[in-house]
Amino acid sequence: MIDPGFLFEIIPTLLSGLPLTLELAGSSVLLGFVLALLLALAQQGKWPVVVWPIRTFVAIFRGTPLLVQIFLIYYGLGQFRPTLQSVGLWSLFREPYWCAILALTLNTAAYGSEILRGAIRNVPRGLSEAASALGLSRMLALRLVILPLALRQALPAYSNEIILMVKGTSLASIITLTEVTGIAQELISQTYRAMEVFIAAGAIYLALNFLIVWALSLLEARLSHYRVRA
Amino acid sequence: MFDKFNLLGLGTGGWGAALLEAAAITLLLSAAGFALGIVFGGMAAAGRLSTMRFPRGIASAYGIVFRGVPDLLTIYLFYYGGSVALTAFGRLFGAKGFTGLPALATGIVTIGFISGAYQAEVYRGAYLAVERGQFDAAKALALTRIQMLRLVILPQLLRHAIPGLGNVWQLVLKDSALISVIGLVELMRQSQIGAGSTREPFLFYCAAAALYFAIAGLTGLIFGRAEVNASRGVIH
Repeated sequence: MIDPGFLFEIIPTLLSGLPLTLELAGSSVLLGFVLALLLALAQQGKWPVVVWPIRTFVAIFRGTPLLVQIFLIYYGLGQFRPTLQSVGLWSLFREPYWCAILALTLNTAAYGSEILRGAIRNVPRGLSEAASALGLSRMLALRLVILPLALRQALPAYSNEIILMVKGTSLASIITLTEVTGIAQELISQTYRAMEVFIAAGAIYLALNFLIVWALSLLEARLSHYRVRA
Repeated sequence: MFDKFNLLGLGTGGWGAALLEAAAITLLLSAAGFALGIVFGGMAAAGRLSTMRFPRGIASAYGIVFRGVPDLLTIYLFYYGGSVALTAFGRLFGAKGFTGLPALATGIVTIGFISGAYQAEVYRGAYLAVERGQFDAAKALALTRIQMLRLVILPQLLRHAIPGLGNVWQLVLKDSALISVIGLVELMRQSQIGAGSTREPFLFYCAAAALYFAIAGLTGLIFGRAEVNASRGVIH
């Protein structure tokens, strides 16, 4: 039923989509992390004018499917072409590539900000009190005490989010980007050999996930080196 | 500006009724897929907890593959793979040409299979969270294994599982939008159709987002209620 010859034959074809998958995942995870951190920090203040818009943004992006978000940005904003052209953003919103990155970034920023917000809140109160007792300014305490601890604590949950983003990049194939899943879909509709294509493409994603989990667990071990081993 | 909103109206010329009907399909697809996922997830959790190597290996492979591979790939596997098998089967009985699988049934099975992989983790964690003393107490009462599971373990397991199941349900609801790629007219597909024929994609995808958001919020309340209900009499 499974043809191993065909399986190995399609692997190079599928791998040709890997750079695009990596670009989409890498840029949205990095940009999304920066945005998530800003959103999490902005919510530490108590101003409702800052906190409420962020809460609304987070709730909307967490409560709706990623596919709807991608379509809203790619097809929905395309409707406002004259406006976008007049502000010089049309060249960005015209391209499925940038629309996919924007949608993935906003999506992961919403999930990521919740992870980071929780991690910052979970830093023991005594530590921030100790920092202020040492005369550290709020910014300095944040940079030297709170954030390093919070980021390390957030790592396991964040690595899940990164895996979800890698999987999320597959939706870019629906707006015509030929990353790994897009190529897989083409192969299936040409050859009708769904099983082989699934195995080959699936193996690529699993290998990628495995590498990410492994790299992040190394990072976590490195960031925890001061801890006494139990 | 406001006349655009008439497109979403419930009367003639409005897409409101079609969108609500599609939202009902989304709800049906998600609920049935989630329910099927209980079966797959329960079996996989039992496999993971088994002392025998074979079921344990199969169950972990199932979890690793279907939680690690993009759901879109799994959907293509089930739809095209299933259709090819069905076509070959049809040939045996003299049918000609390509036979496509029914989209709703395929969607339910696919979502069931994917969500089962996630649910398995929830059940396994919940089982391990049940205090060991409860098992000993059930044995001391001379309950049979089935009685022990039904009367003692499952009710407590459920309490630990509900928050995790609520997360899986939200995942399922959002995943159901992907079933649109195999042509099932659920909320996502219906808003694509509306967007295409009225050339108002922004309006229609906003409407879709609002409906998904509403379904997620309302069903989330049910899980919240269930959590309170299952924790009656528990002192924290």
